[in-house]
Amino acid sequence: MTGTGTALGAPAERREGRQKVTGGARYAAEHPLPGRAHAWPVLAAVARGRVTAMDTTAALESPGVLTVLTHENAPRLTEPDDPTLAVLQEPGVPHRGWVVALVVARSLEEARAAALAVRIEYAEEKHDVTLTADHPEAYEPETANAGYPARREYGDPDSAFASAPVRVDVSYRVPPLHNHPMEPHTSTAQWEGDRLVVHTSSQGGTAVRATLAALFELPEDRITVDTGHVGGGFGSKGTPRPDVVLAVMAARETGRPVTVALPRRDMPALIGHRAPTLHRLRLGADDDGRLTALTHEIVTHTSRIKEFVEQAAVPARVMYATPSSRTLHRVVRLDVPTPSWMRAPGECPGMYALESAVDELAGALGMDPVRLRVLNEPEREPDSGKPFSSRHLTECLREGAHRFGWDRRDPRPRSRAEGPLLVGTGVAAATYPVLVQPSTAEARALPDGTFVVRVNATDIGTGARTVLAQVAADALRVPLDRVRTEIGDSDLPSASLAGGSSGTASWGWAVHDACTRLTGRLGGLTGRLPGEGVTAHADTAGRADAESPYARHAFGAHFAEVTVDSVTGEVRVRRMLGVFAAGRILNARTARSQFIGGMVMGLGMALTEGSTMDAAFGDFTESDLASYHVPAHADVPAVEAHWIDEQDGHLNPMGSKGIGEIGNVGSAAAVGNAVHHATGVRFRDLPLTPDKVLAGLSGPPAPTSGRGG
Amino acid sequence: MKPFGYVRAGTVEEAVEALAAHPGARCLGGGTNLVDLMKLGVEHPDVLVDVSRLPLDTVEELPDGSVRVGATVRNSDLAAHPLVRDRYPALSQALLAGASGQLRNAATTGGNLLQRTRCPHFQDLSKPCNKRAPGSGCGAREGTHRDHAVLGHSEHCIATHPSDMAVALAALDAHVELYGDEGARDVPADRFHRLPGDHPERDTGIRPGELITGVVLPPTTASLPSAYRKARDRASYAFALASVAAVLETADDGTVTHVGLAFGALAHKPWRAERAETALHGAPATPDSFARAVDLELEAARPLRDNGYKVPLARNLAVDVLTRLAPPARRPRHLTEDS
Repeated sequence: MTGTGTALGAPAERREGRQKVTGGARYAAEHPLPGRAHAWPVLAAVARGRVTAMDTTAALESPGVLTVLTHENAPRLTEPDDPTLAVLQEPGVPHRGWVVALVVARSLEEARAAALAVRIEYAEEKHDVTLTADHPEAYEPETANAGYPARREYGDPDSAFASAPVRVDVSYRVPPLHNHPMEPHTSTAQWEGDRLVVHTSSQGGTAVRATLAALFELPEDRITVDTGHVGGGFGSKGTPRPDVVLAVMAARETGRPVTVALPRRDMPALIGHRAPTLHRLRLGADDDGRLTALTHEIVTHTSRIKEFVEQAAVPARVMYATPSSRTLHRVVRLDVPTPSWMRAPGECPGMYALESAVDELAGALGMDPVRLRVLNEPEREPDSGKPFSSRHLTECLREGAHRFGWDRRDPRPRSRAEGPLLVGTGVAAATYPVLVQPSTAEARALPDGTFVVRVNATDIGTGARTVLAQVAADALRVPLDRVRTEIGDSDLPSASLAGGSSGTASWGWAVHDACTRLTGRLGGLTGRLPGEGVTAHADTAGRADAESPYARHAFGAHFAEVTVDSVTGEVRVRRMLGVFAAGRILNARTARSQFIGGMVMGLGMALTEGSTMDAAFGDFTESDLASYHVPAHADVPAVEAHWIDEQDGHLNPMGSKGIGEIGNVGSAAAVGNAVHHATGVRFRDLPLTPDKVLAGLSGPPAPTSGRGG
Repeated sequence: MKPFGYVRAGTVEEAVEALAAHPGARCLGGGTNLVDLMKLGVEHPDVLVDVSRLPLDTVEELPDGSVRVGATVRNSDLAAHPLVRDRYPALSQALLAGASGQLRNAATTGGNLLQRTRCPHFQDLSKPCNKRAPGSGCGAREGTHRDHAVLGHSEHCIATHPSDMAVALAALDAHVELYGDEGARDVPADRFHRLPGDHPERDTGIRPGELITGVVLPPTTASLPSAYRKARDRASYAFALASVAAVLETADDGTVTHVGLAFGALAHKPWRAERAETALHGAPATPDSFARAVDLELEAARPLRDNGYKVPLARNLAVDVLTRLAPPARRPRHLTEDS
């Protein structure tokens, strides 16, 4: 790592790794400021209605209690753009688990004890939390999440499907899923005179500052938001959540620093979730396997207070060549917590369904599923007609098939058994868009020959500190160990959030430009640098966000081998292998970690992560990590991630695509397709837990696809 | 959590005195379940009697050939103990199928027996639950109950007992030793826990002021073929969807001379399959007769809206485990060929 121009791509170790494993890295709750108080939220116990009476007398008399905030006495907020942040403003209860009070005490234990003593009466109304495909209140929104059109259509997909010689018409269900980062959503807020300092667990401090400025009517320059270390987010910390608003309110009311760390059990209701999606796919093909019609229609839910539409039909606009297509989103407002971003929103559930349906089509055609995908590769992006900046899905499929030993596979379902274990393998494709946002950065050369790069990026556990130093070292043409990065502080040059797999591209672009300018300035200087060094700034606005004439996406291929125990219906993954084409890989170590993490998340989605919206009570039944089953170590076998060397000059100065989410796209489908191959039964309702699988093994498979006629 | 008093007991007598002096006190062993429930407000004792340092932390062989396990022996230590691994493999397997390594290192034998149901409604103060708040109703019956009981439930409660260990103890004819101000007594492990009936708030027959001092494994089941198998949503750290502990002895002619069979996760207690056992005595140790006996037992099942899968799952598990325990010649072909 001492050469120049070679830092990018190297497997540099995380710069804060030692700090993290020795406990030296301070997370948002770990700021023991003098007089710091702790707060405990009290959540609504009805799914719909309003608070009619609130008795906080006993809670206020509890030991250590400083105050109890309710809608009656909490500070008034300017109406937020995000209605989920309008906490303690009015008595209405839009869903079970909505925050109705906040107990602030000297200690966490005292706050929690007093929270049990808050007495609340409700006027309860009948609720509806059950999503069905034919829900009478389902409607077509204007747009889905991220601004995608809710509906796109070309050709005549209905008649093309009706006349297709080979048809697949299938429905899938993806349940609600929960982000559950290791570090719960946490904020410590402190007022220093008229200045506000917030330590918060967020994927983007710049947005937190802007939101707090608006809510509390403060100039942004009087707010500092520290996001120095963040213990994961998976999308759920992409925008400010109620914890930071509550902490600032409580700090203002008590005159003390206050920490709000959401209890794990409160997270499903308060931090957003992946909304359940009900998919209907109709694929029509000619006898050679070429698609003639592709229809992907989804129904999902959102809350009463905010429209969030999981854009699950969007990847079908990218994937396959077809002369006719309809992609459509419908949504139902229910009395449920507000859904939000979760790793690869849209692509993750959408590609589970699409890639499962493609596997079913391969079965109906009697064609190898790798070959079917290659056969239907588009020359341009099917929906937009734009040329791809680069697309190497075929290479990923072929490389993966080779590494996995796909050609040794007996394609017949239920053809391989080891005693009571049925063994199968499956494949699926992955895609994720290239997203990039404007950011600013500063690079400074110091007299001692070192460099400092400053940018309000956020390292949510991905290695951002490390990879930005690599970007800088290459741009400056200096050894990596001469570059220091300062990130995670809103006093630094403002930058976009760590979300949409856009962080490294967005921040790295600004860092690259600042460093390039600095190099230019240094070249014109002679003699020793001034004491404060020499600084250069960069702002990528207007370039990073410019409309590209190209369709820009990363692609990948997943392969999985599973065993299905015919005694219990237990499915276990033996091995997973992913190959990705995601532009230039900037750090081999942290990239591999991201890919593998995404693949494991897909494993959990396929097999273990079940969440139930309780129709009687209106909450998610599985509210802790004992009952919401993220994969345990024993579930995670040999997982391999590989990538191909992809050159793409239409991206950013580094030539990179985002890698944070694509590992999580398609991996569940590969596992599900392997389960079908093992059992001969197509399960279309995730997760594939023993109750469902055992029932499927003993019953006849539902014939929902095949040759038409 | 509510403030509470803390008494550390150095001897069994001290512990019993403390329990007598503080009605409603709870014993603290590893705290892996009790402390969680106190944080949630489900348990709110005025006093905790810390029994974790009592001199009950050994596994010893008694003169009659039985094995006595002290109440404070940690689950990890018990699972690894040579006497248990050699003579009572079902117990070792059950312990290792439970919780996580970290939890097993902390959890005690006595505490494992006294852990509470993981019914989500029981753990949520905002919901009705007759076990937590008698008379408030059963939230699980209307609400989510995929993991709940199919056997022996009542209109008041459909919770299951979560222990893996207790299922093995029931099949192995173990006894639970208790000590209270009226002295010592022991109870068969399969009668220690109770069905919910009209009093789901009572998980066991333990009397107020009584302490579990140990568990005794009898010589009658020592070294007999035994096994535990558990089906679950993930490979580790998940409660059973259904589980089976079985002990099987056969004569030279292939007939069953001793069988102990118990189910986990099907009822409010480890479910001793007495009807199946009776049917199997003297019957051939074949998959067919195992299946008939287990079906007879499961005739009593009354599945709820969302947990009917437990009946075939338990059936498959029981037939599989018994078949594996039967002499090799009696195994079906697919088991002898590949596994």
